[in-house]
Amino acid sequence: YRVLDKVRLQDEEEFVDILEDKRHCSDLRFAFRTFSPPPYKGGPACSSAELNQAVLESQYLRYVVKEVALETGSSVEEVRDKVCRIMREMSQNLQLRFIRLMAFTFRKVFKRVFSAVYVNMEGLQALQQATQEFPVILMPNHRSYIDFLVVSYILYNYDIPVPIVGEILRRSGAFFIRRAIGSDKLYWAVLSEYVRTIVRTGFAPLEFFVEGLRSRTLKSLPPKLGMMNMILEPFFKGEVYDVTLLPISISYDRVLEESLLAHELLGVPKPRESTAGLLKASKVLQENYGCVHVNFGRPLSVRQLCEGKINRCQYNLIPRDLPQKPNAEAQACGSWLAHMIVRLQEEGALTSPWSLMACILLQIPTTVLTEEGLLFHQLTERTLWLRKLALDFRARLSWPEKVPDSDVMSSTVALHRSVVYRKAGRVYLTRNDELERKHSMVPEEDMMRTAAAVLMLASYRNQCLHVFVRPALLALAMSITKSTKKDELLTCFCFLQEVFSNEFVFIPGKSTQDFDEACSLLHKCKAVHVSQWEVTDSDTGLEVLSFLQELLKPFIESYQLMFRFLCEERDCVFREKDFVSGVRTLATKLIVSRELHTYEALSSDMQKNVLSSLRRLGAVTKIEISENNEYKLEESLRRLSRLHLMPDCSLNWN
Amino acid sequence: MASNSSGDESGRHQTARHRLSVIAGHLQRPSDHNAALLAVECKAQGSKPNVNTSDRGEGKTVPRRRQEIMKWNGWGYSDSKFLFNKKGQAEFTGKRYRLSGMIIPGLKDWMEGTFGANLQHKTQATPVLNTSAVQPPTLNEAFVEELKSTGIPFSHEAEDRVFRAHGHCLHEIFALREGKIGRIPDMVVWPNCHNDVVKIVELACKHNVCLIPYGGGTSVSSALECPPEETRSIVSLDTSQMNRILWIDEKNLTAHVESGIVGQDLERLLNESGYCTGHEPDSMEFSSLGGWVATRASGMKKNIYGNIEDLVVHIKMVTPRGVIEKSCQGPRMSTGPDIHHFILGSEGTLGVVTEVTIKIRPMPEYQKYGSVVFPNFEQGVACLREVARQRCAPASIRLMDNEQFKFGHALKPQVSSIFTSFLDGLKKFYITKFKGFDPNRLCVATLLFEGARERVLQHEKQVYDIAAKFGGLAAGEDNGQRGYMLTFVIAYLRDLGMDYYVIGESFETSVPWDRVLDICRNVKARIVRECKDKGVQFPPLSTCRVTQTYDAGACVYFYFAFNYRGLSDPVHVYEQVEHAAREEILANGGSLSHHHGVGKLRKEWMRETVSNVGIGMLKSVKDYVDPNNIFGNRNLL
Repeated sequence: YRVLDKVRLQDEEEFVDILEDKRHCSDLRFAFRTFSPPPYKGGPACSSAELNQAVLESQYLRYVVKEVALETGSSVEEVRDKVCRIMREMSQNLQLRFIRLMAFTFRKVFKRVFSAVYVNMEGLQALQQATQEFPVILMPNHRSYIDFLVVSYILYNYDIPVPIVGEILRRSGAFFIRRAIGSDKLYWAVLSEYVRTIVRTGFAPLEFFVEGLRSRTLKSLPPKLGMMNMILEPFFKGEVYDVTLLPISISYDRVLEESLLAHELLGVPKPRESTAGLLKASKVLQENYGCVHVNFGRPLSVRQLCEGKINRCQYNLIPRDLPQKPNAEAQACGSWLAHMIVRLQEEGALTSPWSLMACILLQIPTTVLTEEGLLFHQLTERTLWLRKLALDFRARLSWPEKVPDSDVMSSTVALHRSVVYRKAGRVYLTRNDELERKHSMVPEEDMMRTAAAVLMLASYRNQCLHVFVRPALLALAMSITKSTKKDELLTCFCFLQEVFSNEFVFIPGKSTQDFDEACSLLHKCKAVHVSQWEVTDSDTGLEVLSFLQELLKPFIESYQLMFRFLCEERDCVFREKDFVSGVRTLATKLIVSRELHTYEALSSDMQKNVLSSLRRLGAVTKIEISENNEYKLEESLRRLSRLHLMPDCSLNWN
Repeated sequence: MASNSSGDESGRHQTARHRLSVIAGHLQRPSDHNAALLAVECKAQGSKPNVNTSDRGEGKTVPRRRQEIMKWNGWGYSDSKFLFNKKGQAEFTGKRYRLSGMIIPGLKDWMEGTFGANLQHKTQATPVLNTSAVQPPTLNEAFVEELKSTGIPFSHEAEDRVFRAHGHCLHEIFALREGKIGRIPDMVVWPNCHNDVVKIVELACKHNVCLIPYGGGTSVSSALECPPEETRSIVSLDTSQMNRILWIDEKNLTAHVESGIVGQDLERLLNESGYCTGHEPDSMEFSSLGGWVATRASGMKKNIYGNIEDLVVHIKMVTPRGVIEKSCQGPRMSTGPDIHHFILGSEGTLGVVTEVTIKIRPMPEYQKYGSVVFPNFEQGVACLREVARQRCAPASIRLMDNEQFKFGHALKPQVSSIFTSFLDGLKKFYITKFKGFDPNRLCVATLLFEGARERVLQHEKQVYDIAAKFGGLAAGEDNGQRGYMLTFVIAYLRDLGMDYYVIGESFETSVPWDRVLDICRNVKARIVRECKDKGVQFPPLSTCRVTQTYDAGACVYFYFAFNYRGLSDPVHVYEQVEHAAREEILANGGSLSHHHGVGKLRKEWMRETVSNVGIGMLKSVKDYVDPNNIFGNRNLL
């Protein structure tokens, strides 16, 4: 983590609202507007036509074209033709005019739906410097369809070269894949050569989401490595001196697609919506979505980060243009970098009052929230307590300054009326379609409406989970092992990290550091005493420790439920589809009978994570030949469930 | 000879002179052909040890007491150096070079602008060797006694010993200027012929004395440094007096030459007979034939004549096991691995090369310099690659980057005629304004054509046509010639820099074509970055040139220098940066060395360069040939 420490952000950075009228803009911002950026120093500017030409004529593509021609039995010309078509589609998306038009339109849209878009100016300034030196890779977290629009808009506004969005390149090619069978390989070849050429020539900054997909749960996702490897390759092969990585953390007070996401998680499909479709939805445009904080992280030098991690001589003996899978060393390096970027995104993110509130609300029994309601002043009290803890844990808060806490609380609740509402000094869970509730419903349907609201709450809680997750795992380890010995705690801590590694992103191979960090944070808030060999809870630490244990309880209960479900499975082989529906039915039954307290077991995201986790732990194996995503149970699953992951939090369901 | 012609003769005069000498050679050849083939007896007979007879009377450059004509703590001849005169103008002293006695008006500004150097801030080198700082010699008395009886001259004077304890690495020269002397040879011997060497090696084996062969002393790989851990008496075996051409075989176009002859003597003596070897490494004024063989040297005109491994036909080397040589002079053999390749590049670890049969060529009828300006380095490299692809490289073709182009410009001597300066201005205007070349990006290639006149002209056209395809503009013979002249004076320039807190050096590599641009960019950038990280106060000079073309790649030279004011240990910083630069070279697919060799400076990378088995092979050869490590300079392995 020494690297992390070096690039860690200064705590106090000034955020400027870029939607504010120009009259109020700061001098710094004024300077930005009047100076157009000096050009990239790494080489002469290159037009998009030249870029396309370079890609098309690359030795790499010519090689792949020949290979594909041989495999499919078609002529080289035919394959080349296909390549040209893919290229055309991709390059259409590079048109600057397209971006300009969007920037213009979106200024209006943003002004309507957001109260403010805050940007840290120091970060932006560092980025502007960086774009002149080496190829820059912008790496925002992915929480909303509009993420890349937000970034493009800001850069455009400040005369920084507008990035090429990896996601758009990927999608434009994806269309082609569906149409033509057997062109998968060709498409990946074009895409990767395109990306590499952009990096090689410094054509423009490249933007991609290291998490791969948009996070439906607003939690960081384990990074995907494909694009990461593509952008690292030109550096590893010496084609550029360095590559600059720039983590960007976008924090939404309220996410535009919040209810859409919750419904997706519950398996209630809504029509597939595109960005434009989403924004066209007049309902969305009528509502207020609070503020957006965009934090541009410090530029990271790939060269510095990879020093000693990669032997670049390995590329000396094979022509650099030939297709070559990254070896274990290069992959490990890419994976480490990707995980670190996610961590930096998390650290750069701002935690909103609402997110803290969500943590508190989820620890209140759901029935209380749906029926008698939670006293507002109680919620306020707990939230303020949590704010202090979050600050102790080095969280960056977007808590408005110079505003009375009560005002912050009430305006936050007001902003999120889609999830909670306040009535007579109490806070209740908002349940959709309340008005349509004419005749009595079956309890299952009723439950689903609650579930949507709870999952939304859970998503907002997830926004700040990264602040608490390490101390929380330690608190959990303390309660599971009932031990005070550091080595036993560390073993349990690592096991929990392993089990939950799809839920929470940890940098591989850094468990000890994570553990030490957890110790020091808990020590800092006086929850534990830490000595050389021991961690003991302090008299005053109970509140913190039990809060942290409760915070992870939904995960534990859900995992346990699914482990049990699988253990009771009679067949050795099951289909993912059946697993998902089976778990959902069981969970629904148990929730209705009030034997299961968390609604999160209903989340398809959690269900998939459990499967991946079990696969990694060797408890199930995926049957490769099967097209239906079939899994085979392994003997070790029983051992795993016998491990009694969390004896404390036992379910009282039998 | 461009390098050391003394006057201001134009190229045409030179050519005329060459042709005359060729013709004279034909006319004067004695009717008795065998006269030239007479085996020459060892001339050392009767000469007494410690008698300092100068050989200059015989037309040889290098006397036994090198200090008589050469600097003990800098490059080259004592009479030739750069200095700033009272008016603050740069000047090159002496009479030996084209630049000698000239004012170089642009140099001061260039030095100040490039390095932030200041004429007010000067560092004086220790003027004379303080012999009391030199450790007294550890002599092996028995060896000395027996050596005396052979009559081979030797010395254990401090000056002689110090002179043979170093090459021309920056740290070596820097230490000398500071008056710091480390482990040095305990004595110097000057064999006069092959048999002398045989005797010396026998005695060394008998008395367990460490021998370090010394040729021209131009090593830049720490190859001549005495291993500090060596406890035996170290004897420097100076081959400089073995400098005769023993015979010339005009039927087969070969010459049999003693290994100590330095390049300029070899060429001059052969020229007198109408021949040349065409082997012209940048150090050819001082480096020796034996040194070339021992380091796998490369000459600037290798495109016509080949590198040293292409030039040698036969090598004789004295090793502790005896003499190694081939039985015939067949031009190529299939007799197992070529034993010459154990000798070539052995860097003095196996024995002493004493005699070499080398290919010779009739002197070229016509020589012509040329130069091409390219809008940028990328285009220039593309042009060189195309020239290599078409296999039409001239005798020499070199591409300097923009910084080096500016450097070359700064070394332009004062022009006497207003017409020349007007022409220069016009040329500059044409290139930068009319053709739109960016003065901060353009770069220049220098060319040297050799051969029959019509062929040269034809060849020239072909190359210029290719250059034009890459946006190149012919920029005249003058620029070309100055580029090559620079090669010979650049080492002198380093001494000037060191007077003003600027230290630097060059290093080289070879690399496949597709990586040339990448390696140039990355290594230069790495140097700049490392300097910054190491606390160098001023931006360094970090520049490169492509100096040789091959079918599959090129040789790239890097020049690196910086102003070290404010640094407590500048040499250490320099070494760290050079180390980082070499790492960068290797990471970018470059070789450990193209022709400088490994020595001790680059030893640490040998294993990864040639693999474990490779090291094992070399070790086992060493173990067989020299089991007691008599040739104990510890280079290479």
